[in-house]
Amino acid sequence: MSEFLTYLVNGLAVGCGIALIASGLVAIHRVTGVVNFAQGTFAVIAGLSASWLLGAGLPHGAAELAAVLIAAAAGLLTGLVAIGRRGTAPQSSLIITLGVAVLAYAVEIVAWGDQPRSFPGLPGSVTLPGGAEIQRHHLLVVAATAATFVLLTLFFERTYPGKALSACASNPYAARVIGIDVTRMGLLAFLLGGLLGGLAGVLVTPLRPISFDTDVLLMVNGFAAAVFGALRRPGLALAGALLLGVAETLAAGYGYAAYQTEIALGFMLVVMVVQASRRATIHEEAV
Amino acid sequence: MIETRDLVVRHGSATALDQVSLSVRRGEMVALLGPNGAGKSTLADTLSGILSPAAGTVRIGGRLAHVPEGRQLFPDLTVQDNLLLGGWRSGERDTAFVYELFPALAQARRRRAGVLSGGQQQMVAVGRALMSRPDALVVDELSLGLAPNVTRDLAGHIVRLNAERGLTVLLIEQNARLAFGMCERAYVLEAGRVVAQGPCAELAGDPRVVRAYLGGAIGGGTRS
Repeated sequence: MSEFLTYLVNGLAVGCGIALIASGLVAIHRVTGVVNFAQGTFAVIAGLSASWLLGAGLPHGAAELAAVLIAAAAGLLTGLVAIGRRGTAPQSSLIITLGVAVLAYAVEIVAWGDQPRSFPGLPGSVTLPGGAEIQRHHLLVVAATAATFVLLTLFFERTYPGKALSACASNPYAARVIGIDVTRMGLLAFLLGGLLGGLAGVLVTPLRPISFDTDVLLMVNGFAAAVFGALRRPGLALAGALLLGVAETLAAGYGYAAYQTEIALGFMLVVMVVQASRRATIHEEAV
Repeated sequence: MIETRDLVVRHGSATALDQVSLSVRRGEMVALLGPNGAGKSTLADTLSGILSPAAGTVRIGGRLAHVPEGRQLFPDLTVQDNLLLGGWRSGERDTAFVYELFPALAQARRRRAGVLSGGQQQMVAVGRALMSRPDALVVDELSLGLAPNVTRDLAGHIVRLNAERGLTVLLIEQNARLAFGMCERAYVLEAGRVVAQGPCAELAGDPRVVRAYLGGAIGGGTRS
């Protein structure tokens, strides 16, 4: 039982990391309509930067913060390339983000080499009454994710700039009619996406070392969770991410570690098939 | 208030507007008629700054708001949020005057704009435009897809805004009867060119206008 509890909390922490990747995908898609395939890259850049900065002697906290800011800059840069040119269709932007993600491999290998890197997270652990042992870093990941999602939801649904950002995705033409600069808002969304991806990177790296190509694993999981929220709803994406994280950790804990990615892919496939069939029904009703 | 001179707007290599000159004086309400594809909405988009002219000039003597064709609301946001966003440029955050103008919207303020009836959606679109506290309003296809009594009601509101608050209005319509009933003066746009202009009373007697927009002799054909 205590073993199960430990796996469960581990799974929630992994799920939170996935949720943060998904939240960045949702933030960018909600505003620009673009699925950003460089979202995992932001996390990798932050994880590698943090490990490098800590190695260079920066204290904990400062190094992680700087790494998140570097990821945010990478987000803005990706946005400039992907949507900076007016009139770029979201499908074209999607391909551009894929290109950015591949190009980033080269930059990362030149800057930090091709070996996996990691750094220690919050040290120590707490023992629950049942005997289950939980690492403090796992609790930190869960708390940081919870805070991020509350802030993100409040921002999009309660604040004026948040609503203006949502309006850009809801009807870009109408947003321009009322004077919103849709491209600038899209860049803001990419900046936010970089920030969220960076946060995921610095939180997840102590759990699992990352290298330049870890973005694929992060992206597959994050996208599966984001699709669960139809790429629009942060709350549902969080639920999907936790479900995925727990399922994968339990599978790994009971000896099926090799199937982690397949679980995410299967999950994504089922959700997309179900959603596609539901959407078709809605269209029929509307006609 | 609104003036274009020899305005040329292109979509790629196609010319959507070809040397269009028109003017609307402060406090005036002027109609712009024309069939689908004549360039009416292109003109509206150019006046509100979404499209840029390839040649010619646009002069707007004040703040201009645009009620776009097809209403173009934010369907997943509430009525209240749709209105609030209308104040993006002006900084206006008080929606009370819109609900006073359209009491039917007051009960719907928390509902998503996408689920409202066509008439209510058009009210939101007009209200959102008014939130920018405009001096001039470009209304693109007010009557599109609406029942005649709903159109009449909305038209009444626009006429009152013009008469009582001095709002300058450029009314873009396919429904010539409605436009002639509301405005003193009109322009007729076809294939990107102004082909006729003048007082509505005169245009209503122009055989070409009658044939194209009034469905045969005035008073005959369909009644609206």
